[in-house]
Amino acid sequence: MTITAVIMPRWGLTMEEGTVTAWLVPLGGTVAVGQELAEVESSKLAGTVEATVSGVLRRTIIEVGATVPVGALLGVIADAAVDDAEIDAFVGTFEPVEVAAGEDESSKPKTIEAGGLRWSYLRSGEGGVPLVLIHGFGGDAAGWGFIQGAIAADQDVIAVDLPGHGNSEKTVTDGSLDAQADAVIGFLDALGIDKAHLAGHSMGGGIAIGIALKAPGRVASLTLLAPVGLGDGINVDYLKGFVAARKRRDVETVLRQLFVNEALVTPALAEEIIRYKRLDGAQPALETLLAALLNGQAQRAQYRDKLGAIKVPVSVIWGAQDRIIPPAHAVGLPASVRVETVADSGHMPQVEAADQVNKILKETIAKA
Amino acid sequence: MAKKSMRTAINEAIRLEMRRDPTVILMGEDVAGGQGGSADVTDAFGGVLGVTKGLYTEFGPSRVIDTPIIESAIMGTAAGAAVSGLRPIAELMFSDFIGVCYDQIFNQAAKFRYMFGGKAQTPMVMRSMTGAGLRAAAQHSQSLHALFTMVPGLKVVVPSGAYDAKGLLIEAIRDNDPVIFLEHKAMYDLEEEVPDEAYTIPFGEANVLREGKDVTIVALARMVRFSMEAAANLSKLGIEVTVIDPRTTSPLDTDTILESVAETGRLVVVDEANPRCSFATDVAALVADQGFKYLKAPIKLVTAPHAPVPFAPNLEDAYIPNAAKIEAAVLSIVAAGGRNAA
Repeated sequence: MTITAVIMPRWGLTMEEGTVTAWLVPLGGTVAVGQELAEVESSKLAGTVEATVSGVLRRTIIEVGATVPVGALLGVIADAAVDDAEIDAFVGTFEPVEVAAGEDESSKPKTIEAGGLRWSYLRSGEGGVPLVLIHGFGGDAAGWGFIQGAIAADQDVIAVDLPGHGNSEKTVTDGSLDAQADAVIGFLDALGIDKAHLAGHSMGGGIAIGIALKAPGRVASLTLLAPVGLGDGINVDYLKGFVAARKRRDVETVLRQLFVNEALVTPALAEEIIRYKRLDGAQPALETLLAALLNGQAQRAQYRDKLGAIKVPVSVIWGAQDRIIPPAHAVGLPASVRVETVADSGHMPQVEAADQVNKILKETIAKA
Repeated sequence: MAKKSMRTAINEAIRLEMRRDPTVILMGEDVAGGQGGSADVTDAFGGVLGVTKGLYTEFGPSRVIDTPIIESAIMGTAAGAAVSGLRPIAELMFSDFIGVCYDQIFNQAAKFRYMFGGKAQTPMVMRSMTGAGLRAAAQHSQSLHALFTMVPGLKVVVPSGAYDAKGLLIEAIRDNDPVIFLEHKAMYDLEEEVPDEAYTIPFGEANVLREGKDVTIVALARMVRFSMEAAANLSKLGIEVTVIDPRTTSPLDTDTILESVAETGRLVVVDEANPRCSFATDVAALVADQGFKYLKAPIKLVTAPHAPVPFAPNLEDAYIPNAAKIEAAVLSIVAAGGRNAA
């Protein structure tokens, strides 16, 4: 009879440790394959650990509140018939699991100079036309944690820190989507990438559209998550609140608008945002980008009428409960565009509906 | 992100600001590391605990200045340099030595802007080691942050770790007023994740390290770590505490403290300094004055006794507040025995 370890997962390339915030199954409870066992938080993401086998949760090794490295033993699932002594022996001799993308070089941010700026990016996986992930306003490469690892099992995936964000240089030009599209094309040049699949979230979606319009030969497919550029409406209070927030509580309040499940806004996530905003140049960069995004209370750049001109596969994914950019922007797009609305997601489907985003992303890439 | 010690974080803060701004200079006893004693030495120790190592090599003798052992001259020179356009970082090796440069700091640097009608600014930083725990005896172990805090015209920074130390020191160097930057000598080796880039943490903005509904703990420097240790132990007993690190005692983030006490109704202040006319009594007075209506129990202070820091290791260990003492103070006001206990 088998004894199965429940281990601390790795979500994204930068996660080194996680905290168990709740056990969702009581000790001794029966579990089915795919059942949610425990809630876990990393500094970037909060999610659940699911059972990979059915059986009985025989041990909960890590108590709620404790932080352990990726690959550590959290609990044990085994059939009710398995002897306690056998399970104790299993626990006693357990060696932490080396989880993919662990200490190897691919998990570390890389840097390259493009357009006179230092760019930071995460690159993993091998082969195929690279997928380039472009985050939104105030985000960074690590925010694709649930996406990059899943797609990198099949191919080369690059998550970039846009200028002004993450570990990249905190210098933006005029902050327009057009200028940012030019900048990302320069980044692709520096990496020697002729053609890429692009996935962009929010502001990053607008940048991706901009690249596809300017340099159609460089783009193999386009996956847009709640992108800017497809309508007027945008939650200006959120954007201004994000730029203005200085204290962790204020950041938490602002960030809750991103999610349906507001519990995903952890103090650790808010602290990361504050630490980013304290970096020299980050605050002015955000202010420049915000001014460029908005025209009064509306979005400045409008690509809606141009979307039909893009000849590669285009998918648009929108959380039905998005409070930042209205999901109605996904209605009435050209027939060539695949539109998917995700019921239980707000503005961050790459976090709240990662499985669905990964499925659509893979299908869009395959169609190219 | 790389983990760095508080020593490295402070060194990086000085290095980045010296690269960014040619008016930033560093001076003090042995900050270059005994340069000049031997013609071949290009990179010596860098201060008694190695905090300023390598800065002489990068910036040279005109910007990294080893001074004679005259604290009054170090601080007087720094104050004068600051009003004449430089941004000196002046090291007082131990904060216990403040007595011999009292006039330069308290009566000169702290007063220039006020007495010259706002026409002068004094952008100097006095860095100094503070705190007990290294068996350094009564003249090298005191926690004197309250002395600086009570004087208007000085800003007082008391970091509790590597991340905060770097951001607060860069903020201090860029500030146009005299800033007292107190580094706990038992914390130099403690590591945290620290970005390579420059960043600033504003003064007067407390860090809330942990939030709980039962008790508010306010602590500084090394006491923040002990308070977090106590908080983890108390959590196992079902008692959830908020831990607030004000980061700066002047200015003091009174709003965060009062807001938290409004939620918890109970306050414990943890301070390594002696208990009279101290940071602990200052915070207690603030809450008694402006937050009395929130209190469900007496305010408790966990401090060193009103006695010099002992040299005997067992006595020094008994002298310094620790997690057990903090836990006992919390338990004394959440248990039924606390006056007005809810």
